Amino acid sequence: MNNILNQIGIENYIFLSVILFCIGVFGVLYRRNAIIVFMSIEIMLNAVNLLFVAFSTYHQDAQGQVFVFFSMAVAAAEVAVGLAILVSIFRNLGSITIDNLKNLKG
Amino acid sequence: MNTLIAIIGLGVLCLLFEILDFRKAIIPITIIGLLGVLGLTISEYNAPNSYYNNMIVVNKFSVCFSSLFIVLTIFLVALSHNFYENHQSKLSDFIAIKIFLLCGAVAMVSFGNLAMFFLGIEVLSISLYILAASNRMNLKSNEAGMKYFLMGSFASGIILFGICMIYGAMGTFDIAEISEMSQSAELPIWFPIGIVLVTIGMFFKVAAVPFHFWAPDVYEGSPALTTATMSTLAKVVAMATLYKLLSAMNADINYGFQMVIVVISIASMTVGNIMALKQANVKRMLAFSGVSHAGFMLMTLLSITTSAGSLLYYATAYSLAGIAAFSVILYVCKNQNNEDITNFHGLGKTNPLLAAVLTGALLSMAGIPIFAGFFAKLVLFSQTIQAGYLVVVIAAVINSIISVGYYFKLILAMYGKEPNETRTGKPFLIYAVAIVALVLNVIIGLFPSVILDLLA
Repeated sequence: MNNILNQIGIENYIFLSVILFCIGVFGVLYRRNAIIVFMSIEIMLNAVNLLFVAFSTYHQDAQGQVFVFFSMAVAAAEVAVGLAILVSIFRNLGSITIDNLKNLKG
Repeated sequence: MNTLIAIIGLGVLCLLFEILDFRKAIIPITIIGLLGVLGLTISEYNAPNSYYNNMIVVNKFSVCFSSLFIVLTIFLVALSHNFYENHQSKLSDFIAIKIFLLCGAVAMVSFGNLAMFFLGIEVLSISLYILAASNRMNLKSNEAGMKYFLMGSFASGIILFGICMIYGAMGTFDIAEISEMSQSAELPIWFPIGIVLVTIGMFFKVAAVPFHFWAPDVYEGSPALTTATMSTLAKVVAMATLYKLLSAMNADINYGFQMVIVVISIASMTVGNIMALKQANVKRMLAFSGVSHAGFMLMTLLSITTSAGSLLYYATAYSLAGIAAFSVILYVCKNQNNEDITNFHGLGKTNPLLAAVLTGALLSMAGIPIFAGFFAKLVLFSQTIQAGYLVVVIAAVINSIISVGYYFKLILAMYGKEPNETRTGKPFLIYAVAIVALVLNVIIGLFPSVILDLLA
């Protein structure tokens, strides 16, 4: 396992994760559909999970992989709350476009 | 450590009471339970220890801040009685979420491992997302919850990426080991990148400029009690955690990073105060006031090795004044659908006691003597001057003067205008919380050394 990592190089894993993370960030910033925004946040978190596993192999240390379980559990809890908020918005507004949420201004 | 387990037990107990049909007993028993937990926490003051492979480290810093959070939660739970009067069937859920929020807060100041830090911040944030959107029939509350959720999980993603970079550089999550290794000269470039990302994520959570844009909307839309929780408890927690993280990870912050803190601190104070001047909604005004107070608290990072005491003092003064102010706002805006300043017209005539409490709380935030806010600013400024940052202190003094403008706008509305409606009922718990919070504020203002010496 470590051999493959050495052949590919840890930098390439970092580049891949950073690219995925940035795709997530731009998704959050530019997409207007709430579900797609949620998916983009998941992409951000999973990019980090990928990097955790890569670093964990790089350091020959299991802590990083255990951390991935924590972050997965937290991401699931977070998205459950997010979807619940989305459902209540849909009941009040009848749409899930983020642009409709502009009652609060000043 | 015992604190954390006791708090979780209390939260579960709250949920059980609803099943067992003891709804009336929930608030009294939670308050008594929290007082017990407070005693338990204080008893650990002289016994620093670490548990579970350094997952949780109990030291003076964590004990002092945990005690502050528990006191604030007691006040917030006491205010819940009146606030959720018409939602009795959901009372146990709201109280239990507040208790779990406290549990995340305690985990955030007593972590010894970055995993615990991440779990703590997520437990705190997820509880707040639920509370912000808890008025589900109200579109404003929905919107506030959604905005807070998007910004919060965005910030969590950035923090997680930062933690990952630190792990990549160090090969461990343990704060003590990271702190030791960060002293060595040769570090991979990933380590500073990680620290910067974690710091940016925490700036989102404390709502410092330029990461403050979510705060006014979320504060305005959320139910008033949730706004009180965010602006007192959540802000102080995030600030204490940022302080602990930075002091553990790079004890001698380099020059460039200090300049960034100087700029963000000055920008937070100025933008927060100037935007607050033109707000007509009290919750929105206090949101911007919170942004400027975050700027003041960031000044403690400039003399990071010695300023733990003054951060605790400032945080205590600010959050007690915030609790006192919000308990009056809860009373005044109970049956209104907005929190405009017009609601406060003539409060000095119809309800002189609460008007006096609100005046005292606002004067404390503005930094007028005998209230703790003045001494907090005094200590903070003298410490920052000693550290050699005169520019920040000058900006802070100017900002304190600007802030008097909008605090007095509210005070003048209370005493100068004619009352436009009559309010009936004298809810005992709101009076008690408002007065106790303000009296505590004055007491620590008269005897600053009580708090300052705790972390000396």
